[in-house]
Amino acid sequence: MPVRLNVNNEEVVLDVDPDTPLLYALRNDLELNGPKFGCGVAQCGACAVLVDGSPIRSCVMPVAAVVGRSIVTLEGLGNRENPHPLQAAFIKEQAMQCGYCANGMMMTAAALLAKNESPTDEQIRSALKGNLCRCGAHGRIVRAVGEAARSSQERETS
Amino acid sequence: MTSRRSFLKNAGSIVLYFNLMPVQAVAQTAAAPELPSSLAANSGLDTWLRIAADGQITLSPGKCELGQGIQTALAQIAAEELGVSFDQVRVATVDTDSSPNEAYTNGSRSVEVSGTAVRAAAAEVRAILVELAAEELAVDSNRISVRKGTFTVDGTSSQLDFGAVVKDLNLARKATGSVPPKGRDDYHIVGKSLQRIDIPRKTFAEAAYIQDIRMDGMLHARVVRTGDREAKLLSPIEFGAVSRLPGVVKIVGDGSFLAVVAKREEQAVNAARALAKLCHWDTTELPFKESTINKWLEQAPADVKVVGERGSVGSAPVDKTLSATYSRPFQAHGSMSPSMAIAHRSGDQLTVWTHSQGVFPLRGAIANLVGLDEQNLRLINAEAAGCYGHNGADDAAADAALIAMKVPGKPIRLQWSRADEFLGEPYGSAMTTKVSAGLDAEGRIVDWRYDVLSGTHSIRPSGARRAGNLFAARQIATPLPLPPVGNIPQPRGGGDRNAVPLYSFANQRITKHLIPVTPIRVSAMRGLGAYTNVFAIESFMDEIAHAQGQDPIDFRIRYLEDQRAIGVLEKLREQMVDADFDSAEKPAGVGVAMARYKNSGAYCAVAMRLTVDTATGQIKLDRALCAADIGLVINPDGAINQIEGGVIQSSSWTVMEHLRLGRVGVASKDWASYPILTFADVPLVEVALIDQPSEPALGAGEASQGPTAAAIANAVANATGARIRDLPLTPARLKNL
Repeated sequence: MPVRLNVNNEEVVLDVDPDTPLLYALRNDLELNGPKFGCGVAQCGACAVLVDGSPIRSCVMPVAAVVGRSIVTLEGLGNRENPHPLQAAFIKEQAMQCGYCANGMMMTAAALLAKNESPTDEQIRSALKGNLCRCGAHGRIVRAVGEAARSSQERETS
Repeated sequence: MTSRRSFLKNAGSIVLYFNLMPVQAVAQTAAAPELPSSLAANSGLDTWLRIAADGQITLSPGKCELGQGIQTALAQIAAEELGVSFDQVRVATVDTDSSPNEAYTNGSRSVEVSGTAVRAAAAEVRAILVELAAEELAVDSNRISVRKGTFTVDGTSSQLDFGAVVKDLNLARKATGSVPPKGRDDYHIVGKSLQRIDIPRKTFAEAAYIQDIRMDGMLHARVVRTGDREAKLLSPIEFGAVSRLPGVVKIVGDGSFLAVVAKREEQAVNAARALAKLCHWDTTELPFKESTINKWLEQAPADVKVVGERGSVGSAPVDKTLSATYSRPFQAHGSMSPSMAIAHRSGDQLTVWTHSQGVFPLRGAIANLVGLDEQNLRLINAEAAGCYGHNGADDAAADAALIAMKVPGKPIRLQWSRADEFLGEPYGSAMTTKVSAGLDAEGRIVDWRYDVLSGTHSIRPSGARRAGNLFAARQIATPLPLPPVGNIPQPRGGGDRNAVPLYSFANQRITKHLIPVTPIRVSAMRGLGAYTNVFAIESFMDEIAHAQGQDPIDFRIRYLEDQRAIGVLEKLREQMVDADFDSAEKPAGVGVAMARYKNSGAYCAVAMRLTVDTATGQIKLDRALCAADIGLVINPDGAINQIEGGVIQSSSWTVMEHLRLGRVGVASKDWASYPILTFADVPLVEVALIDQPSEPALGAGEASQGPTAAAIANAVANATGARIRDLPLTPARLKNL
């Protein structure tokens, strides 16, 4: 059955079962690499994408539930030519080891920064506490999010 | 000319490293003892370095990226020796068809072993290029040097670059080891915190991981199993209904090995769920509960061996004897990405894409499992999430291979579920250690006895003879025999890694009790026995220091002869003063600990400040300070990242991680039943590196785990007065102290 989705500002039509988890549609049908399979039960956050600006766990979200809504993946955040401040900051702070959790960190932080343009470290930690990192890059990730907030503000004021 | 003495010395170190390598590789090392061990075993220069006509350099090491930044560190070494810019060097992934065989990427040995080989190979390639340039420019080669990929004559740029001479380049020749590498004073690239080469592609969601490999016609597979690989599938089972589910291509069964292949991933997931409901398994009850693991270890049959002895225990007059027992439960690697692999059979050829730590050793094991000649297999490494040791990677590769053999012509993408990973991975071994110290009339430790009881820390499926270590090898209709468990000898050690203290006690005896058969499958997890042994030794040293009213750092230094060990403790002391750690007052506490990983690797001292809520038993980790000496530092920020990560991961192991056990097996199957530290709970970590440019480079990845565990326990004792000797330090154990 065709399912119409809006992904990274593009309309796409997929011939998939409406129960299909959004994660599989994004990764396997649209060949997007951003969202990662980590647990399949909404516990780790590696699969996070933005739906209408809020971070959701795409591994448990059926595609039927996001029809007509705006879906943004890490690809939609930015690229090498035009990086999102979070992407620039994650590179600057080298805020990962294996980086498998980084998608969820950046997507969740993007939603935080959209609501709160200068979060405290405590607010960043609180926003990310549902995202697991096994390598122990937490300190760098908090620094990178803070750095992204500062650079976004500088960009706005300059 | 190599003297007999230095030859023997070299040969000794080569044998130590290659004891896990195929016999063939060992035989090759004997021919060229003056070369670094990895280069001797893989002596073709073109195995390591390839230079394209446009001057683009490809470095091809035998070590794989695990998120530890090894590709960046090795590229820095290669660029430095070749005389090119860092960004001119690309790093190839490990491929059994083209890479040097460096066995496993483990044990924090990659910078030491691969780095030394890359340095020597690159130095030799540079010399060859300089000779070619000398011919081209018609000048004497000793007037030529290389700067950023361009040749200079007497220091002046010649306009001639690598690309211009590369047409005559033949790197298909054996390394001779005759070209000395650069002096360390001339380093411009090594020692710099260059940004890691893999981070941009991960940040911009480009293809970076094995999960991002997609192939035409690729099918999706799932296995159906319990966590017990000895469990027998009770037959007969009527699979008809499942094979008629949407998208199902095939149900693959072989004995108790069961998998389903479907066109789409969600179809494979649904079919696997349906299949699981039809299965009944004959499983064995565990002989212990979580609370009785250590009792079980005490009575389990063990191979007992003295692994370290100095003086004669019992010979010195002892005024007082102190003793204590420490324990660690089973713990999980818990990689963020459940294991997966892609396997593609074409005729009698099988290609497997895997995130294994050792594609060469795994190739032989899978060949044996599927009944192909090893030369018909090609294994290609691709990165997954961090593994922290021997997790499910090799098992998933074997699963994919078994399935692909029955579904030829199509790439099979086998993905483990989160539960498959938690239930199927080989865990970190549960351990018990017992220590007693005899003190003389002045309170000095003059008699030290240490016993370590542990299952193995090494069941890697390395080569055909160890194929029985693969999960599926015990499930198939004709199971492969279980190989004897690995017993890594000192000085590296398995369960006894770091069991021999770095301290100079006059009389000591260290005894290893290796329990060869454990009902729960266990293997190498980051640091192996070092985590528990350092926790025990450093907790006990702290306890004795405290009992004698001595400063814990001064007390340790009194028993140390190794100046670098003293160096990290003195550095840590400075950091603690700067961070005002002395001001900690109850319910806050501070603890310190130190170790040299494997007694031959990196030195690391850790101080932890924390608070204990004795009403709830909750520990709040506040701040960790860490001083490390890793010899020559290739990339300071990369090393610091590893050490920080080690502190945080070990903090998680130490305050909360333990595998839940049910009646018939492991009950931890997801992050709710195996919780780890989150952003809400991790400490701030600050790392200071001690610069030792004239010392060999040492790996940083496993140095901080042991000291962190003991620093936490010592801080808890400092805060509460209570010594908790059983890991993890859960609220239940800390409540109402």
